[in-house]
Amino acid sequence: MDDTNEGVSAITLENWVDELAVGSEDAVARLHGLLLRAARFEVFRRRGSLPQLSAVELDELAQDAADDAAVSVLRRLEDFRGESSFRTWAYKFALLEAAVKVRRRAWRDREVTLEPEHWESLAHTGPGPDDDAENGELLAAVREGIRTALTPRQRQVLVAAVLEGVPIDVLAERLDSNRNALYKLLHDARRRLRAHVAAAGFPEVNE
Amino acid sequence: MTGRDLDPTLKRLLGSNEPEIGCDECFAQLDRYAELELAGAPADDLVPGLRAHLVGCPACAEEHESLRALLELDSVS
Repeated sequence: MDDTNEGVSAITLENWVDELAVGSEDAVARLHGLLLRAARFEVFRRRGSLPQLSAVELDELAQDAADDAAVSVLRRLEDFRGESSFRTWAYKFALLEAAVKVRRRAWRDREVTLEPEHWESLAHTGPGPDDDAENGELLAAVREGIRTALTPRQRQVLVAAVLEGVPIDVLAERLDSNRNALYKLLHDARRRLRAHVAAAGFPEVNE
Repeated sequence: MTGRDLDPTLKRLLGSNEPEIGCDECFAQLDRYAELELAGAPADDLVPGLRAHLVGCPACAEEHESLRALLELDSVS
């Protein structure tokens, strides 16, 4: 297996993609090398969130990410339209798989609090003791909006993602959903909240 | 009060009114966007809505940063 840039660049883009499409073992091995390099890069960048893992365990995580990324790349090969280099296109699959695995591993033993009352503590995350009256009114409008303008599911996701800092991939796993669907829910929650706060006298939040 | 006066937590709660794409579309466009950025091309004009998504989605933003960093590493190695 060749995971060096030199090895990758020795294959022309056209040949490489074509060879992958017909299942060439050499092409797949070179792809895996490329993905493993990207996965190791990502795990190394995020290793601070996994202080309990040894170097061997971190590398196993990167290997798993590269394996899963290879499956994704091969499954979606027809999606590659040459709008970037193939290497860049393939990299993003490995970075995604590695990042998701790191986030989920970091939160594996942590409880995800989905208490709807948690947002009541929002007052304590505000600008501080020097709040002026306007800030206080804004905070009150936001709290009211979270309480009355959102669906329970929107409230749950917004509070967990923003106030609890739970990564969206971890939330997706716990809620049996996926990143795209949860982000859409978060986006809709924010839009409803802005509309509520704007109607409460702060139209600038919707500008 | 202006947007810049908002507490960071409130900013993350309220998000932005700018049009933005979703996570799946962000992933589909991320390779092209990163290459455009590194080439000095107007990536935000050519891939509208992606920058706004990165502001609202920490996970996609992390992966964008990583892709850029990896490409930059490749360009000097």
